[in-house]
Amino acid sequence: MAQITLENLAHSYLSQPKNDDDWALKEMTHTWSDGGAYALLGASGCGKSTLLNIISGLLRPSQGRVLFGDTDVTDAPTAERNIAQVFQFPVVYDTMTVRENLAFPLKNRGADAAYIANRVQEIAAMIDMQDVLDRKARGLTADAKQKISLGRGMVREDVNAILFDEPLTVIDPHMKWELRTQLKSLHREFGHTMIYVTHDQTEALTFADKVVVMHEGRVVQMGTPEELFERPEHTFVGYFIGSPGMNLLDARIDGNRALVDGVPIPLGAHYPALKGRTQIGIRPEFVTITDRADGLPVTVQRVEDVGRHRIVRATAMGHTLNAIAPEGREITAGQPRAIFDPAHVNVYADDWRVTPAETAGKAA
Amino acid sequence: MTLELKGVTKSVTGRVHIHPTDLTLQKGTMNVLLGPTLAGKTTLMRLMAGLDVPNAGRVFWHGKDVTGHRVQDRNVSMVYQQFINYPSMTVFDNIASPLRLMGKPKAEIAAAVERTAAMLQISSMLKRKPLELSGGQQQRCALARALVKEAGLVLLDEPLANLDYKLREELRIEIPKIFEESGAIFVYATTEPEEALLLGGNTATLWEGRITQFGPTPDVYRQPVDATTARVFSDPPMNFLDVTKSGNNLRFGDNQTAHATGKLASLADGRYRAGFRPNHLELRHHTDNALEFRCRLAVTEITGSETFVHLHHGPDRWVGLVHGIHNIAPGAELAVYLDLAHVYVFAEDGALVAPAAYATAA
Repeated sequence: MAQITLENLAHSYLSQPKNDDDWALKEMTHTWSDGGAYALLGASGCGKSTLLNIISGLLRPSQGRVLFGDTDVTDAPTAERNIAQVFQFPVVYDTMTVRENLAFPLKNRGADAAYIANRVQEIAAMIDMQDVLDRKARGLTADAKQKISLGRGMVREDVNAILFDEPLTVIDPHMKWELRTQLKSLHREFGHTMIYVTHDQTEALTFADKVVVMHEGRVVQMGTPEELFERPEHTFVGYFIGSPGMNLLDARIDGNRALVDGVPIPLGAHYPALKGRTQIGIRPEFVTITDRADGLPVTVQRVEDVGRHRIVRATAMGHTLNAIAPEGREITAGQPRAIFDPAHVNVYADDWRVTPAETAGKAA
Repeated sequence: MTLELKGVTKSVTGRVHIHPTDLTLQKGTMNVLLGPTLAGKTTLMRLMAGLDVPNAGRVFWHGKDVTGHRVQDRNVSMVYQQFINYPSMTVFDNIASPLRLMGKPKAEIAAAVERTAAMLQISSMLKRKPLELSGGQQQRCALARALVKEAGLVLLDEPLANLDYKLREELRIEIPKIFEESGAIFVYATTEPEEALLLGGNTATLWEGRITQFGPTPDVYRQPVDATTARVFSDPPMNFLDVTKSGNNLRFGDNQTAHATGKLASLADGRYRAGFRPNHLELRHHTDNALEFRCRLAVTEITGSETFVHLHHGPDRWVGLVHGIHNIAPGAELAVYLDLAHVYVFAEDGALVAPAAYATAA
């Protein structure tokens, strides 16, 4: 196991990149700690697969270095990096039994038979496949095969890192719960450094200690699920995390309040004078639709019942504004207004979050 | 305008894919087929389209028997999970292709393509080739091609499954709007309960080649007819435990007792299975008549605003979805609470015998 350092790393698929857009991965320096569970999250084309391929050795970066511990592996081929990989689609040997599939990485490295037998049992218990160990992999369902792939990814204890590339895409929703929980327990038990690439926020947030959100070749935020939810550092993080994502409204910031088309919105803190495009960001979870007189007037367009809560899709002075309302509670029949929880209103200037000067209470 | 399946069955090499099925779909409705992989969603759609012929039973379109009619002779469009576009043609030509096959006049084709492209917000991309588009735009192109010929029956087989999460979210909002404008019978297959809820309309839950329930989506969700339907229509899965009724007394699991009220009071004495949804489990004691269960924590998953708690309760594995951030150590013993109003009661064969009180109150 190892700490992974990305040092001044950047990549372009062009031989002579000229402008910013030519870089699939813009220059970055990050250290990922030994034993951490990281998720790389972003839309397709954001650079997350490029970054994973550089870490796995499939791709040599245009600039910068990759270190595993203190060792520079920038030029080392995948085979020398001592990593395990699990891909989107199951990679299993159909003619081998489940046991042989699980044992394969250990046999390959010449581990002794007793150790292999023992270790395969442990992993089989983890993925709940003890009773099919002697079946051929052929004929097993896609779910079962992907479980074998996951098991094989975990079987070696001495790897530097385990890389997962969208490993649950082919899995049915019900089975996803089970496999994700198992991965999490495995991580707790063995403490491998894990890097998990996905476009699915639920998978990223539930799997990782630290989620690395990527957008247009940049890491826009690296943080715990709570940080990404409470304080998105970039408007993209606000939009991408959460369903629906954070509401963004153009606003003029005036100390401890924001003015949205002239309507004052209290902020939970005091802000300095700002330049550029200023917006406030508020998650639908912290928007309440009421008939109180002091809110932002809105028009409710649609209410979607998603079972455990409802999504209220509204417009406020031409902007879309979503709110989440609890199951069973009436949406106001009167003149609807949106009220924001001041503690959860974030302020953005040119898409980056502004740190408040001090809390509103102290300012007053 | 209706599509009717009467006693339709399908087997392939002796294996039953669809058990005898009756289903009537009305004009201008969105109908979701919800079920896990291999439940029979695609098979059922192929039977509806006329791509496959049933072993038994009949298919009626506007009351006319169309069983065995070729798909080409029927007014049907289908969209698959994989975006199927002609890579060498422009987006315009892709969308126009079904109309050209029908021999429509040029001006009519151009107008229909423009209109459909506008509906799917790809008007600015008509001159491009599909591979120059993002995945979401490619699927919009495929959707436009399915909609342009104004088929009476539009079948969508997990059309968003291959798309990024956020694109899925956008298209999910748009599909019901598109459908409202078109007036066709829409059939939409998905494995995801939340997708069914967002699409609204009607839902048919499928399990092992059988439709277990068909009705308005929120009703199927809140008043499932049996435990299988409840399980299919719950993500994370519905939680279950044993409950025994004797007299006015309900005993949940080993030691939790409650007074049987409402529908529960009229149940015959005996053993049942109780079911409840993950979001109804609480970590705090909210109401006086809440049941309390001692559980062992397997693992927690934090989404930023909510926490999934995976629990062992005796022989049962439960999932709770609770508000806020809760870091609980694996292996910890804890109490969880459940309001009796959120409990469904099923007979031992799975049939619903008492819906949750909250679901019938609404």
